[in-house]
Amino acid sequence: MSRTHVTCEVNGDAVDFLTEDGESLLNALRDELGLIGAKEGCGTGDCGACSVIMDGRLQCACLIFAPEADGASITTCEGLASADELHPLQQCFLEGAALQCGICTPGFLIAAKALLDENPDPTETEVRYALAGNLCRCTGYDKIVRSVLEAAVQIRTPA
Amino acid sequence: MKYAAPTTIDEARALLAADGDAIVFAGATDVVPQMRGGRPEPSMVVDLKKIDRLMSVSLDGDTWSVGAAVPTSVLTADAVFTADFPGLSEAAGLIGSDQIQNRCSLGGNLCNASPAADSVPALVVNDAIAVIAGGGGERRVPVAEVVTGPGQTSLAHDEIVVCFELARPAAGTSDAYLRLIPRTEMDIAVVGAGVRLTLDGDGAVSAATVALGAVAPTVVRVPAAEAALAGSSLDDAALAAAAAAASDACNPIDDKRGTIDYRRQVAGVLTRRAAGIAADRIRTRNGQQGDS
Repeated sequence: MSRTHVTCEVNGDAVDFLTEDGESLLNALRDELGLIGAKEGCGTGDCGACSVIMDGRLQCACLIFAPEADGASITTCEGLASADELHPLQQCFLEGAALQCGICTPGFLIAAKALLDENPDPTETEVRYALAGNLCRCTGYDKIVRSVLEAAVQIRTPA
Repeated sequence: MKYAAPTTIDEARALLAADGDAIVFAGATDVVPQMRGGRPEPSMVVDLKKIDRLMSVSLDGDTWSVGAAVPTSVLTADAVFTADFPGLSEAAGLIGSDQIQNRCSLGGNLCNASPAADSVPALVVNDAIAVIAGGGGERRVPVAEVVTGPGQTSLAHDEIVVCFELARPAAGTSDAYLRLIPRTEMDIAVVGAGVRLTLDGDGAVSAATVALGAVAPTVVRVPAAEAALAGSSLDDAALAAAAAAASDACNPIDDKRGTIDYRRQVAGVLTRRAAGIAADRIRTRNGQQGDS
């Protein structure tokens, strides 16, 4: 079966790959581009472990057919850190112990980034609603929410 | 399975006409889980998001046109749309997570034909019209006539819902939608209730529409509840009669989300509360206009 050629931008880099039409963007990111941050938890859009930002919108990569990404701009968790410095969200997750097994963490980081891009000063309630599409079975969420709120403070008031 | 992304309605319809197994999608938030759940893969998925008309929201005179494939997050973020249809906007904002609302659409929510679709009762109470492109051109159909049963619609295989037309609410008119789920977010309605009211200058109800979701194979319009509200001042007796009529209109199933009795009772409670919210919205808006 012929494969479809997809050209897009991922974390600021122009990339291209070949994919089966029915493949998910999640599998294309992981298997064709080697970006294994986004995870498959449920495969049905319920758990958020595969969250990416595509064309400015937070989405589940498991629900996106890979050919949809042609011409799109995508941010994955690999695009958060700069060359030698973690993103404030990543640093706050580390310092706040906002992860245990880590499977859900890339999705939480991306969902939190999407929130803070739109709302730099969210309330705790706003954080909890914004992260409602991300499931974590380890932390009980509290440390995640606090870490996002702390990251928001740091991003608003750089040291 | 092939993927196609036509840029015109005609092109999309031609793809469907040529392939009886092809399906259309916008956000695929139901299509992908259904395939994952074992539904046979279609031969082709036709992505509707590259067709401008299906992705645009416009207000032309007194008529809104909402593209069938527009992500619902666009609607909930639109302050003018949300002021006109607060109930429809909140129904759209109840569908799944932010991740889902950045993909899911009113057209998909309707054509997936789930009895529990949140946006459909809210569309119905606002007399929304589905504009459907088909062989004979375009036809305009009340939203309530599109879904014929769980997973079933009245659309022909090569017909596509293009957009929804919604008349701007008349003076003194507003809507509300309430849904019961056992948790705060990310669940499917046990019962959903949409109400639209028009209040006259004395605060009496001059028009009412009521529609329920998740209590029957399709969304149920409840004329008896509408009649109970119409002409009333939303006094306890009228609200109780509307609630009783809503409960009576239910034809629900017993399942893990709720029993038949529970759904009947909740339908009445939500109808009554949604009517109160719609009325409060009208009074608030009238108050603001009176102040200015």
